[in-house]
Amino acid sequence: MKGHPAWRDALFAAIALIVVLAIPLVHRSPAFEDFIIRLSAMALFATSLNLLVGNTGMVSFGHGMFYGFGAYAFGLTMQLTTLPLPVAAVLTVLATTLAAFCVGAICIRLSTDYFAFITLAFQMLLFSLILSWQSLTGGDQGLRGGIPRREIFGFELASQLHLYQFCAVVAVLGLLALRHITTSPFGQTLRMIRDNENRASFLGIVLWRARLWAFTIAGGFAGLGGVLAALFVSGAYPELADWPNSGQAIFAVMLGGINSFLGPVLGAAILLALNDIVSRVTEYHGLVLGLVILAAALGLRRGVLDFLKLALPGRAK
Amino acid sequence: MKLEIKNLTKTWGGLRAIDDVSLAFPSGSLSAVIGPNGAGKSTFFNLISGAFPASSGEVLLEGDNIIRLSKAERMHRGLGRAFQVASCFPTMTVMENLMAAVTAHVGQWGNIISRFPPPGVRERAEEVMELVGLTHAPDVEAAILSHGDQKLLDIAIALALEPKVLLLDEPTAGMGPEERWRMIERVRGLWEKRKLTLVFIEHDMDIVFQVASTIRVLCYGRVLAEGTPAEIRNNQAVIDAYLGTEEHPA
Repeated sequence: MKGHPAWRDALFAAIALIVVLAIPLVHRSPAFEDFIIRLSAMALFATSLNLLVGNTGMVSFGHGMFYGFGAYAFGLTMQLTTLPLPVAAVLTVLATTLAAFCVGAICIRLSTDYFAFITLAFQMLLFSLILSWQSLTGGDQGLRGGIPRREIFGFELASQLHLYQFCAVVAVLGLLALRHITTSPFGQTLRMIRDNENRASFLGIVLWRARLWAFTIAGGFAGLGGVLAALFVSGAYPELADWPNSGQAIFAVMLGGINSFLGPVLGAAILLALNDIVSRVTEYHGLVLGLVILAAALGLRRGVLDFLKLALPGRAK
Repeated sequence: MKLEIKNLTKTWGGLRAIDDVSLAFPSGSLSAVIGPNGAGKSTFFNLISGAFPASSGEVLLEGDNIIRLSKAERMHRGLGRAFQVASCFPTMTVMENLMAAVTAHVGQWGNIISRFPPPGVRERAEEVMELVGLTHAPDVEAAILSHGDQKLLDIAIALALEPKVLLLDEPTAGMGPEERWRMIERVRGLWEKRKLTLVFIEHDMDIVFQVASTIRVLCYGRVLAEGTPAEIRNNQAVIDAYLGTEEHPA
């Protein structure tokens, strides 16, 4: 991790943000702006999952529960209260973090396969709850009536351009925070646990505490992704909390690369682009997607960024 | 720091892997633990370091019973160990391994605010790296280090915690004759420089008799004999059970 001063990450983030924000000034493309909005949500979702999968070696199959939880919590807060949007977003992230802490306290007691199963079980529990609690969640119809997009600091999120700008800023700040966590001593601790948990425990690291922290933080950031998703669809649907959505995040992580910080972002971009392009051509987009993932897995044997990192030696991580 | 074991016992079902073992390792001593395969040597180290709980008995560090403490707490009390199969963090470089160990030791492993490594950690890691002699490979990933260097790194990780008592489970395992001597000379050097109470498990009798000041012989989980190299060499029970048999592994 040498040669990674914080300012370099911040500079990189600032440049990326400026580029993204400048594009609509040059050329307006509703399809592209939609894409970036959805990517913002998905990138936070997938990168937060990778904090568990890539950094700590904890494969969660139920990460989508926090994405869905975030979307519903935010949608409901906006519908049922008159709180300003940023306050509702912050409250949502806090609530999701708390939920992740509670779920994690149970899940992290189990290791590897059983950890994956119990996270999936919790997700299905939440999904069933959303479906059956009709009076609150609208059941299988989702949250109806839209999310009141109250103006913030002159931003009118009902306008696509403003929503685009808002999502880009939130996603870049969120990713920067996640980046900071992975480069902190705690991030290194997670890698120690992934590499050799027995040795880590002999060094005084309390394994369950580190795992629970990781699970809680990852859940919170997935919740932030859920907020953006809810803003995009102007509501919340049970599909956001369904298990195939967790699968999407796992695909993004594996496709982009688990050992590169930006791997999941790239994976999410590839996945969304494929979805858009392929579903325009054929209704069997799942089939094409499966083939692409199969080809990537068998051909590269690792995520795209991880592959490039190995293929271009001498490049910084 | 003095390490004392009193009536230590570990049973696995009906098997008494460690059977009422009492031993004392004086402060600053350099001792070897020998015995045939399956004698319980590694189990003995695992019980002292807290890898799994003992069935009964006491482990005293400078008089304090640490048998109820977690392995992490034992490390904080000054007990360090390295493993028979080198145990390090394979995807990290040598420097990262050591900086991670120092970071954990200074209680910064949960720090989410600053960057890794925290201030001062790199210097201490470099110190340990020089001490064990790994300065030729600071940026090499542990997974692709030579076998001998992996064993050294394992010991270096233990030393990063600044132990007073150090347990080395076969520091020369899997090495050729020449490499063994080089390794054990380094170990002896560390013992001198750091004024450690050092206990090592070893199968090479030439090394044991030349390096250790006192020797403990374990057999079937019991203490068969203890004494100076000369005493052990002439002990009839030890010759019958160990030295004179075919069980001397390569």
